[in-house]
Amino acid sequence: MNTEKALLRFLTCGSVDDGKSTLIGRLLYDTASIYDDQLTRLTQDSKRIGTQRDGLDFALLVDGLEAEREQGITIDVAYRYFSTDTRKFIIADAPGHEQYTRNMATAASVCDVAVILIDARFGVQTQTRRHSFICALMGIQHVIVAVNKMDAVQFDQAVYKQIQQDYLALIGQLDIPDVRFVPMCALTGDNVVHPSEQMPWFRGQPLLHYLHGIDVQQARAGEHFRFPVQRVSRPSASFRGYQGRITSGSIQVGDSIRLMSTGAVSRITDIRLGEQSLSQAQAPQSVTLCIADALDVSRGDLLVDKQHLSQLSDRLRARVLWFAARPLEPGAQFTLQFLTKQTRARVERLHHQIDVNSFAEVPAVMLSCNDIGVVDLRCAESVAFDDYVSHRETGAFLLVDNTTGQTVAAGMVQRALPRAGSASTPAAAGQSDVEGNPNANIRWHVPSVTSHERAAVRGHRPCVVWFTGLSGSGKSTLAHALDRRLFDMGCQSFVLDGDNLRHGLNKDLGFTPESRSENVRRTAEVAKLLTDAGIIVNAAIISPFTEDRATVRAHLSEAVDFLEVFVDTPLEECERRDPKNLYKRARAGEIANFTGISSPYETPVAPDVHLYPAKDSIEDCVEQVFQALVNRGILTQT
Amino acid sequence: MGDSTSVNQSLSHLAQLESEAIAIFREVVAQMANPVLLYSIGKDSSVLLHLARKAFAPEPLPFPLLHIDTTWKFREMIAFRDATAEKFGLDLHVYTQPQGQADGLTPFSHGSARYTDVMKTQALREALARGAYDAAFGGARRDEERSRAKERVFSHRNSEQRWDPKNQRPELWGIFNGACGPGESFRVFPLSNWTEQDIWQYIAAENIAIPSLYFAKERPCVQRDGKWFMVDDDRFPLLENEQPVLKRVRFRTLGCYPLTAAIESDATTVAEIIEEMAHIRVSEREGRLIDSDSPHAMEQKKREGYF
Repeated sequence: MNTEKALLRFLTCGSVDDGKSTLIGRLLYDTASIYDDQLTRLTQDSKRIGTQRDGLDFALLVDGLEAEREQGITIDVAYRYFSTDTRKFIIADAPGHEQYTRNMATAASVCDVAVILIDARFGVQTQTRRHSFICALMGIQHVIVAVNKMDAVQFDQAVYKQIQQDYLALIGQLDIPDVRFVPMCALTGDNVVHPSEQMPWFRGQPLLHYLHGIDVQQARAGEHFRFPVQRVSRPSASFRGYQGRITSGSIQVGDSIRLMSTGAVSRITDIRLGEQSLSQAQAPQSVTLCIADALDVSRGDLLVDKQHLSQLSDRLRARVLWFAARPLEPGAQFTLQFLTKQTRARVERLHHQIDVNSFAEVPAVMLSCNDIGVVDLRCAESVAFDDYVSHRETGAFLLVDNTTGQTVAAGMVQRALPRAGSASTPAAAGQSDVEGNPNANIRWHVPSVTSHERAAVRGHRPCVVWFTGLSGSGKSTLAHALDRRLFDMGCQSFVLDGDNLRHGLNKDLGFTPESRSENVRRTAEVAKLLTDAGIIVNAAIISPFTEDRATVRAHLSEAVDFLEVFVDTPLEECERRDPKNLYKRARAGEIANFTGISSPYETPVAPDVHLYPAKDSIEDCVEQVFQALVNRGILTQT
Repeated sequence: MGDSTSVNQSLSHLAQLESEAIAIFREVVAQMANPVLLYSIGKDSSVLLHLARKAFAPEPLPFPLLHIDTTWKFREMIAFRDATAEKFGLDLHVYTQPQGQADGLTPFSHGSARYTDVMKTQALREALARGAYDAAFGGARRDEERSRAKERVFSHRNSEQRWDPKNQRPELWGIFNGACGPGESFRVFPLSNWTEQDIWQYIAAENIAIPSLYFAKERPCVQRDGKWFMVDDDRFPLLENEQPVLKRVRFRTLGCYPLTAAIESDATTVAEIIEEMAHIRVSEREGRLIDSDSPHAMEQKKREGYF
């Protein structure tokens, strides 16, 4: 007998009466996983309460709790086991009943493969969409669509083809890379374990064949190393080890690791499993790690690959699946529980709800039981985590009701948000609005020299002159010309040039809309610092999106003026000048997301100053901006 | 299990089951104040204990063991229990239901249902309450019985130690919500995803000691209702004209000897047991009498606080 089998966990989902229990019973029966006494009882039960007049009612093998048997439906997740010569299988039997999204998500959370049943007579149903969506939401990468009850449609290939087509249209909207189809009749066992003689037109393989072929473990061991510390073991002065389970990747003695909470780096000196020392270990092994340095590691910390870090923040955005009878509303507080880390958290914002049938984002003021939504959460302390898509175990969490102790939501991190107190959440600065926050270790220090005092010494107030326009429109030239004029009259000013910043501060950013927004955000942060220092900032940056420019304006202190200067050079003129040959390359398709060519420029509707460098001279343009500064009272001593 | 694997080579199903169980043990010790391991001496308990020790090595086991002694266990089980505690330096607590013992409650005189209720279910509840344990590890597996298939790994019990199938917490991603009100507790099953076959393969792979009752040997037996029972001591009430005969038998599960049927077998090593298992055609609970009392015997017992 083979004792080195692989292990595969899969869930089964289908609507009521799709034949899910029958399929599971058939899998157990055809793999000889049912004992004689169980078979005897099945035979008796089939005669007494079975739905199959003559044969065995395989569904009776897997129905469990008394109440369910009487109602004839499965109301919770049930786990079944069978093995073949090469694999052990764990089936998470997820219910088909409409209101039990929670149970299906629970089953999917521990599985790598989903078998989705479709009744050949009815085709793709609303619930098929829902089940597929939840599978995608929970990160299932492999779906096998079992088109069941083919006997009821005379094993007609056309019916199967139509369902296949309908399903492919549906799944195209979801992120599930691997989808296979099997036409079957679970009741008679056609294409379950053994090939069907009724469907010679089917060139694929029976279900079990596919279940044998899918390899999920290799993929996980190849991911970045993650080790959530469960417990610190200190039995004696001479031993200190960190107990936990490797959730992804692998580790060897001698490897460098990083402690996410402090950023400290150390080296693995020992990997222990029981009394043994291992030279290496991989996900999902539970081990005890010893490291070279005496770092301050405690339960809830995350040890990660030195190069490929997790995220660290006290704010995050996540999809949540709400389980409780009372609704989820913004402001509610919970215990947030990652695999080994617990902290208090508050719902800062509910962005929207996701309709599980249409997959559309719909506005919502609360989430009801079984709803799925996107929320921003603010934690009482900084926590290390990953996004769920890239690292399942370290990107998943529960929300626990502080009063009842019940698990009220399952969460999947989408991304970290800037920390509370950082510039992107000015309202949060210096506040501690999470109850009992013991760890608001980042405080906002109010400067002792006020901006009024600085202005009095310098003879001008700080402000931001924001030159926006197409590439090659003349923004930098104008910004530098204004800078010279201001400097010559004794003002303290400085140019923030978009291109220059991309050589340093922003060199990790590309030109996608997200990167452009981040580019603007960072530039705004620097501009804010400079204005806090009392300086007039001349920023030259394409900043094509209205929303980003508005964000910059809103972001500055109230006392600081913001002048939006639209450098309105027509695209044809910019393209004619093309000082850096960028337009030519963009036209040739060599540069993606090029503003004006392949990426939009949203024209300012009401700029503070509107310049036309194509017809006015540089001096005239600078004069216009200068006058605007005078009119605003920026230059107090002129 | 670990030393035979190399990086990026698939872990065997046993290595994965082991890893999962170890993570469960550690999580309970990290979150709960006062856990205990329910030790019932059989093969599942032996695996459970082995995994617990492996989870915390080189530390000693950070929780005690509790054995509910009905006084009707096989004599060899008690000897094995005490030798195991001695060998590993375990903190072993033994509890027997005092009233039942005083009343001379036996499976022969009061029937298996009443006897099980007092000497096992009630005894367990009393012992857990007296120890103020907030988590109790058990060796139950989901493959043992139909209603167990839905049991959580972390099964929440209310302050009466009752299991409410409608009020259990969903278990996602192996994250354990151990929030516990006053008097509430958890029953924790690290072997939930193991099958009988997994247990035997793991015993073989890790060379785990088990009572010799699992191995075939000539033992004095009588036949009742077509099943063989071992006459382990002189408390076994023989019927008129009934004489124990020597049969070559072994036990598939261990419990109270008057309630545990033997199977005829020649398997004397773990390897032979595994070989025999591959051909055996009845489930292991077939040898236990308490399950067949009523159609939903197991489920009712569970609601009442039986393991």
